[in-house]
Formats: sequence, structure tokens, C-alpha cells
Amino acid sequence: MNIPVGAFIAVSSILFFIGVAGVLMRRNAVVILMCVELMLNAANLALVAFSRRAGSPDERGSVFVVFIFVIAAAEVAVGLAIVLSSYRNRPTVDVDEVQAMKG
Amino acid sequence: MIQDVWLIPALPLAAFLVNGLFGRRFLRHATGAIATGAIAASAVMATLVFLEVLGGQERTTVTLYRWIGVGDFTVNVSALVDPLSSVMLLVVTVVGTLIFIFANGYMAHDHGFARFFTWFSLFAFAMLILVMADNYLLMFVGWEGVGLCSYLLIGFWFDKPAPQHAANKAFWMNRIGDWGYTIGMVTTFLVFGSLTYTEVFAKVGIATQANLTLICIAFFVGAAGKSAQLPLHSWLPDAMEGPTPVSALIHAATMVTAGVYLVARSTPLFVAAGPALQVVAVVGAITAIFAATIALVQFDIKRVMAYSTVSQLGYMFLALGVGAPVAAIFHLATHAFFKALLFLGSGSVIHGLGNEQDMRKMGGLRRKMPVTYWTMLVAGGALAALPPLAGFWSKDEILSGAFLSGQTALWAVGIVTAILTAFYVTRALWLTFHGEPRDLHLYEHAHESPAVMTLPLVALAIGSATLGLLVGFPPDQGFIHSFLGPAVTVEGAAERAVELSTLLGLAAVSVAAGIVGIVIGVAMYVRHRPDPAAVTRAAGPIYRLLVNKYYIDELYDHRIVEALRAFFGVLWAFDVHVIDGLANGIGRLAAVGGGGARRLQTGVVGNYALTVVVGLLVVLVAYGGYAAGVFKR
Repeated sequence: MNIPVGAFIAVSSILFFIGVAGVLMRRNAVVILMCVELMLNAANLALVAFSRRAGSPDERGSVFVVFIFVIAAAEVAVGLAIVLSSYRNRPTVDVDEVQAMKG
Repeated sequence: MIQDVWLIPALPLAAFLVNGLFGRRFLRHATGAIATGAIAASAVMATLVFLEVLGGQERTTVTLYRWIGVGDFTVNVSALVDPLSSVMLLVVTVVGTLIFIFANGYMAHDHGFARFFTWFSLFAFAMLILVMADNYLLMFVGWEGVGLCSYLLIGFWFDKPAPQHAANKAFWMNRIGDWGYTIGMVTTFLVFGSLTYTEVFAKVGIATQANLTLICIAFFVGAAGKSAQLPLHSWLPDAMEGPTPVSALIHAATMVTAGVYLVARSTPLFVAAGPALQVVAVVGAITAIFAATIALVQFDIKRVMAYSTVSQLGYMFLALGVGAPVAAIFHLATHAFFKALLFLGSGSVIHGLGNEQDMRKMGGLRRKMPVTYWTMLVAGGALAALPPLAGFWSKDEILSGAFLSGQTALWAVGIVTAILTAFYVTRALWLTFHGEPRDLHLYEHAHESPAVMTLPLVALAIGSATLGLLVGFPPDQGFIHSFLGPAVTVEGAAERAVELSTLLGLAAVSVAAGIVGIVIGVAMYVRHRPDPAAVTRAAGPIYRLLVNKYYIDELYDHRIVEALRAFFGVLWAFDVHVIDGLANGIGRLAAVGGGGARRLQTGVVGNYALTVVVGLLVVLVAYGGYAAGVFKR
């Protein structure tokens, strides 16, 4: 089975823009974080596809994916911590209602 | 020992630092001992240096370090030790030591004791720098330093309005003088390319007459400001608002003679610039007689002495102007002793009477204060130029110098001034010490001052009595001439061969002038023939003119001060509206810009995310356009 690389890129792009749309439109902070994850994994898919296409023996592109897993985990930890402390301050996860940083 | 000459100013500087840092909290009355000890040690050093100069070390430059070096132009922090500066060092430190000792008693009950000795030490340091400097710039450092200390010490009792005003006045009038000094210094640099005395004097020939005259007149403006000559004299009488030891040290013995020292130091320049010397002589003579006439009618004992100081400084400038710089320095030295003594004696009287300065409330004090009386009598005799007291020898040399230079008009002015001088000093001493007590309450409480104050009086009295005879005899050939002569006389100046009979005749006229003044004074105040009150009535308008000091202060206030105020008002408006407006405008621009930029921070996370996405799209489009070759390099 030989799927062309363009198909991977198409799926990756669709996933990415679903993520972007989610970040911009949703107001629930937890859902926004999930959408960020979606964007990161879209990038992962693209990286793996390109890595296979380039055919490099040591799978350099795939190594990047592992880095991104780690960063994504850290990002979720920090992001959820912020959401949690914000929630303790004001009992809401609606980002439009958290405007304490307004200049 | 000459190599250690820097110790002389360093000791008072150390005393200043110690007293200034620890005086008020920890040392308190020990500050007096520290300051006095430092200046006394300086006096010992100055004596040793003087003896070494006397022993043949005629001119030594001791360099501490190079201060400014730009191309060929160098200014060193270095001391020029020659007969002139060593004499000045000796006068400043010795008279200074005695006055410091006196001040320990006089200021004992003042709660600003530590502050007083801090500034007093700083003054001694600045004055010694002024005297030692080997160039005009370093001298200017000392010059400004003594001006600052003068300001601080005149305004010592700053919680009263009169000392504040007097201090401001002194500072401002000195600024005018300093302006002259600065112009003189800058012109000297432009013309000669150097500020070091020896280099400048060696190159006098290269300057044009106009340049030399400009330099000398500018320096003389500086000297007139510092030494209270017309028309910049009026700060000195007001400076008497300061404590009496300050009046004695700064406004009689040392600082006010800085102008005389400056002109004497610059003799080669002044001699080469003919008209300038004439200006010095005329201003000196006019100031001498002008101030003496005011001193005739003052009732504040310190004001009499202040006008007397202005008058005697006039004599010194007269001497410089008629080409007798040795006589000027000689008179400077003797005057330092007897005028310091007169001021300290006045201080002793004021102290004994509980701060009363009005002579109309004194009288008969000789029974209560014998030491003060006798020492002041010696000083008064010296001021009236009675032989063999010190003042006679120096004043006689000035007058004979004026006569022999051919300027008999100036000589006549000097003789008239001598009569006036003898009269006012007789009047002041009589009103204070003789006659019946006019205020019995004050008289009852009057007391002689403690030994710490009377001993310096005695020491100064010995100096006032013997100094002239010791160094000034025989006239025109005495020790001071052989010692100072080569240092201040320009080579090639004509030696005057004067017959002894001429000198004796001139001396006789001087003595006669003094005696006439004393006789008139005694006749008026002892025998009331004519009665002073009757003379006052008869003199009417002239008396009022003198009591009001020729209305000079009023003239300055109404003409110059108001005009300056208007001018400064314009400058102030410029400063507030243009300069400050510029600075505030820039500040306001930042505030407005920041206010606008602040609106970007909405605090809504969605907005930030949208911004990030838009930014990403912009980058992508730009990169795509670049890759597709839309944007050419």
C-alpha cells in the first residue's frame, strides 16, 4: 500500500486548522488546551510523513516527534495548572470572563 | 622640609574631614582642639618652610601630581614656594592659629560649635591652597573655596534673616569678582597658552598691550570683588553678621587680602600693562578715603572695623598701583596682626557684654576689661600709624612710595585718609573703653574674657607692636625688602635713590597726620570741643550721607538689583517654559504613546491567539511570496 505524501499533508493541514479554529472560537479553557494538542499532533503527523518520504535511515524527523511529545506534556501540565489556579480565583473556565490582565 | 610643604594645607583638610564626619555626634567640643591643633602644626611647618626659603631656597616648585594635560597645555597640582608665598603662608597660619584659639573661647556656648570649626578648618585649607598654588587655575580653586567658606560662615547663624541676607550678598558680589577672575584666566590661557606663573611671566613680551591690559583689568575686577574695593565693597561691612572670629580671620586678616596677593603675584603682568597699574592705584586711593569717611560715623563697633578694613585694603592696592608691592605685602602682614587684634578685641567686648555691639551703650569698659583694653590700644595705635608700632612702618612705606612715584595727589589722599583713620579709631576706642558707662545695666554685667581669649590678644598685640620694627627697619631697606624684593620686583625696574632727608620728611608728615587725627578725636570726645553732637548738626546733610554709607546699598538695590531681577525673570520664564517645556513635552509624549499602546492589552486570551494566527499568516504569505519570486531583491 503506497499512500502519497500529499494525503498525509492534507490530513495534517485539516487537523491543524481544526485546532486553530478551536483555539480561536471555543471559550472553555480546557477545550482550548485540547485544541492546542490537536495542532501539535498535526505537526507530528507532517513530520513523520516527511521523515518516511525522505527515507533517512536514522529517522531524524521521527526524533523531533518525540521532543514534541515531551513539550506537549509539559505544556499541558503548565496550562492545566494555570487554568486550575485561575479557577480557584474565580469559579469559571470561560476565558472571556478572565480579563484581569486588561491594560 | 620644603618637599613636605603639602602638609601645611593637608592638616587643616584632615581636621575638616574628621570634624565634618564625626564632629556633631561624637567629638563635640573636641572639634575645637582638633582644628586648632591642625592649624598650629601647619604654622610650625610654615615657619620651617619660611626658614628654609630664608636660607637660600629662593624658588621651589613642589608638584603633587599632574591635574590636566592636553597637548602642550599642562596644569599641575603643585606649590610654588618662594619668599612671597612663604610670607603669606606664615601670616595665614600664625594669625590663623591665634584666632582659632580665641574662637575656642568665643564659640564655647554656641550649639554650632562643631560646625563652626569644620568650616573654619576648610577655610584654612582653601586659603593655603590659594596662597601656595603655582598656577592661576589652582589658585582659583582656593579662591572659590575661601568664597564658599566665607558664605557659610557669614551665614553661620542661618536661623536669623540678617546673616542670610549678608551671606547671599557676599556670595553674589564675589561672583562678579570671580567673573573677572575667570575672564582674566581664560585670556591668559589664550594669549600665553599656559596658566603657570613662571611660564606666563617669562612670556610677557609676546602679548600685545591691549591683551595685557585686558588681563590685568579682569584680574583686578576679581581682586576688587574679593578685597572689597569700590564698587564691590558693600558686602564686607554686611559680612560682620558672622561670628567675630570669622570677621577677624576671613574678613580682616586673610581672605580679603587674597586680591592684594593676586595682584602682587601678577606684578610682572601689571607692570607691563601700564594703564592697569594706574587703575589699581586710583581705585585703591579712592576706596581708602571713601571707606574711612564712612567709618567716622558708624556706631556698631564691628562696622567701624569693617570699613577700616576696606580702607586699609585700599592702601594696599594704592601701594601695588604705585609700584611698591613690597610695601603692600608688608602692610598686608602688619594689618593682619593689628586688624585681627582689633576684631578679636571687639569680639571680647561683645562677648563680655552679652552680644551688644552698639558703642553708644558701652563706655568705661577699661576698668572691667583691662587686657582687652590695653591690647586694643596697641592695635589702635598701629592702625593710626604711631611709631614704633607695626602699622607705622608699613603705612609710611606706602605713602612714601606714592609720593616718590610722582603721584602726589594719591599721596595727599593717603595722608587725609591717615588723619581720618586716626580719628575714627580714637573715637571707637574712646566710646568703648573711656568716659562714663552709658548703659549701667550692661556695665554691671560686663566681665573680662577668659584666658583662652585674652592670650591670643596679647600675642597679637606683641606682633602688632614689634613686627614693623623687626622686619621693616630701616625703611625701604629693611629685612622685608631684601627678602621679598627679588620675588615681586620686575627686573630692570629703576632703583630709586632717595635721600634720607626726604624719607624722614615723609615719615614726619605721616606721623603728624596720625597725631592730628588723634588730637581731633580726643578733643571732640574727651573735652567736647567741639561737641560731637554739635558737629553732627552742623554737618547736617554730609552726616546723613555718611551714616547712610553714601546710599550705595540703596543705589544698588534700586538700580542694579531690580534690573537684574527683571532680567533673571526673563531667564526664569525661558527656563520654565522652553527648557522645562521641552523636557516635560518629551515625557508627555511617552505618556500619551503608552496610553494608546495600553489599549492593545485587552486581557482577552482569544484576542491574543488571533493576533498570533494573523502574525503567522503574514509570515507565511510573505515567505510564500518570496519563494515564488514576487518580491525581488
